[in-house]
Amino acid sequence: MAQYQNIFTQIQVAGNPDVPPPIDNEQLRVGTPTTNRLIGAFGNAQIGPIYLGSVGLTSILLGTLAFILIGLNMLASVGWDPIEFVRQLPWLALEPPAPSYGLSLSVPLKEGGWWLIVSVLLTSSILLWWVRCYRRAKALGMGTHVAWAFASAIWLFLVLGFFRPLLMGSWGEAVPYGIFPHLDWTAAFSIRYGNLFYNPFHALSIAFLYGSTLLFAMHGATVLALTHLGGEREIGLVVDRGTAAERGSLFWRWTMGFSATFESIHRWAWWFAVLTTFVGGIGIILTGTAVDNWYQWAVKHDFAPSYAEQGYPAAPDPVTTDAEFEMPKAPAPIAPATALPDAPAQPKGAQP
Amino acid sequence: MALLSFERRYRVRGGTLIGGDLFDFWMGPYYVGFFGVTTLFFSIIGIGMILWGASMGDTWNIWRINIAPPSIEYGLGFAPLAEGGIWQLITFCAIGAFVSWILRQVEISRKLGMGYHIPAAYSMAVFAYITLVVIRPVMMGAWGHAFPYGIFSHLDWVSNVGYQYLHFHYNPAHMLGVTFFFTTTLALGLHGGLILSALNPQKGHTVKGAEYEDAFFRDYIGYSIGALGIHRLGLFLALNAGFWSAVCIIISGPFWTKGWPEWWNWWLNLPIWS
Repeated sequence: MAQYQNIFTQIQVAGNPDVPPPIDNEQLRVGTPTTNRLIGAFGNAQIGPIYLGSVGLTSILLGTLAFILIGLNMLASVGWDPIEFVRQLPWLALEPPAPSYGLSLSVPLKEGGWWLIVSVLLTSSILLWWVRCYRRAKALGMGTHVAWAFASAIWLFLVLGFFRPLLMGSWGEAVPYGIFPHLDWTAAFSIRYGNLFYNPFHALSIAFLYGSTLLFAMHGATVLALTHLGGEREIGLVVDRGTAAERGSLFWRWTMGFSATFESIHRWAWWFAVLTTFVGGIGIILTGTAVDNWYQWAVKHDFAPSYAEQGYPAAPDPVTTDAEFEMPKAPAPIAPATALPDAPAQPKGAQP
Repeated sequence: MALLSFERRYRVRGGTLIGGDLFDFWMGPYYVGFFGVTTLFFSIIGIGMILWGASMGDTWNIWRINIAPPSIEYGLGFAPLAEGGIWQLITFCAIGAFVSWILRQVEISRKLGMGYHIPAAYSMAVFAYITLVVIRPVMMGAWGHAFPYGIFSHLDWVSNVGYQYLHFHYNPAHMLGVTFFFTTTLALGLHGGLILSALNPQKGHTVKGAEYEDAFFRDYIGYSIGALGIHRLGLFLALNAGFWSAVCIIISGPFWTKGWPEWWNWWLNLPIWS
C-alpha cells in the first residue's frame, strides 16, 4: 500500500547549469547560475541567469520608486516615527485624492498628489513588465500566451485604478495603496453598491477563481500521480502520447466520463485564469456607472431570493420609497446563538 | 460508447478496495466499482431531496430556490422535514456521495497504477465542505449555523456571517485563503500560458521543449521552477486555498466571537512598541 508519492525530489543531480537556447542579445543574460539544494527538493535547483534589458530595468526602477514613495508617504503619516511606522504599517495607506478634486491632475501632493504620481509610476512599471514578457517570448520564438494572460490581470488593475475613476469622474473612486485600507475599500465598495455578491460578473469571476483552483488541483495531482511514468514531460506527451498521458486521460474518463488531453487541459487552465480577472474587471466597471445597487438590480431581474417563507417579510427600501420605514415584524422568537458576536454599538445620531 | 484506441489494454480486473470482482466493470466511459454504486445511491436520493425541498418553496426560479438548514432552536437534533429536515438529509447524502467519490478515485488510481494525489487533493475540498456544514455547526451547537442550499441564498449566508464578525477581510486565515486562491490562479495562468506558448510557437518555428520553457522563465524572472516543480507548486497552492478557507470559518464563532478588525489589537499592543 505504502508507495512513494514524489512529494519532494530525493536525489538531486548536480551538473553544469542548463545552457539556454541562444537569443539575439545574448550579452544581456546576466548572472552566473547557482544551485540551491533546498529549492531543488521542490522544483529546479538552478537560479539564474536573468535577462536584463532596458525595458525590464526601467520597469523595476519605476516599480521600486512607486513602492518607496508609498512607504515614505506612510512614514510621513505617522510623523516620521520609524517604530510607529512598523507598528501601524498594516493600517497605513497612500489614499487617492478626495472626490472634490474630480479628475484634476493638479492636486496638492499631500492631498492625493503623491497618489497620482505613484499611480503613474506603478502603471508604467506594470505596462513595461508586460512588454518584457511579450518580448522574451518573441525572442525565443515562442507563443505570447503568457503575456496575454498577464494582460487580463492588467485590465482589472486598470479598471480599478483608472477606467472606472475616469467614468465616475473622480480619482477618489480608486483603490488606496495599503494593506487593511484596500480591504476596507473593497468592503465599502460592496456595501455602497448594494452587495457585490448580486453582481453577476462578480459571481462569474469568483466561479472562475474557484474553478482555477479546482483545475490546478486536478491537473497538478494528475501529473504528480504519473511522475513515475514521466507524466511531467507534458510537451513530449502531447507530441507523442505515452502511457502517462493515456493513464491520465483514462483516470478522468473513468471517473467523470470526460477527459481533457495533455494539451487541452492547458487551454482550460489559461481560459479559467484569464476569465477570472477579465469578467472581474467587467463587473467593477459596471458598478456605479451602469448599476447603482446590485441587490435592487437582482430584485428587478428576479434572481434575489426571498425569505418570506422563513417568516421574514420583505422590507420596503427607504431610499426608493416615500413610505415611512417600519421594522418588519419579527418572526417567532429564536433562542439567541450563544456564540454570536455582540452587536456593535450604534453611533449617536446614526441615520436609520 | 466506443473505447478509446488505447483503452482496452487498461481495462483489467483488480485494484478494488471492497467488493472484489462484483462491481469491477465499466458502463460506457464510467468505471462503476462498489463506490460508483454508493455514489449513485446517495446522489439520486440527495438530488431527489433537493427537488422535493425546492417543491416546498415558493419558486422554481433556479436562482431563488432556497433549502434552509433547521432553525437554531432545534440545536443539534433532527428537525421536521419541512423545517430543515430535508436540509439534513441532503447534507447526509452529499457527504455520502463525496466520500464515495474519493474512494472511487482511490480505486481508479490503483487500477491505473497512479499515485494517490487526486483523491488526496479532492479530500481537501470535501473537508472544507464538512467544516461548513458539520464541524462548525456542531461546535456552535446548532445545525442552523450551516449554510442554506441555494445559489444566491448561500451568498446571502456568506455576506451575513461575514458581517456578524464586522469585517471578514480582517480574519487572518481568510487573508491567507484569499491569497492562496489568487496565487493559484496566477500560477495556473502562467503554467497554462507557458505550455501553450511552447506547443504553439511563432510561425516557422517547431514545437519548443523543456529547455525553452526554462529559458523563458529564467530570462523573464530569473528562475524557472521546472516541469515537475510547477505541478507540486500548483497542487500546494490549491490545497492551501481550500485548507485556509476551512480554517477561516472554523475559527469564526467557535474561537473568536468579536469583530475581526479587533483581533489585530494584539499586534498594536505588543510589548516591543513601548
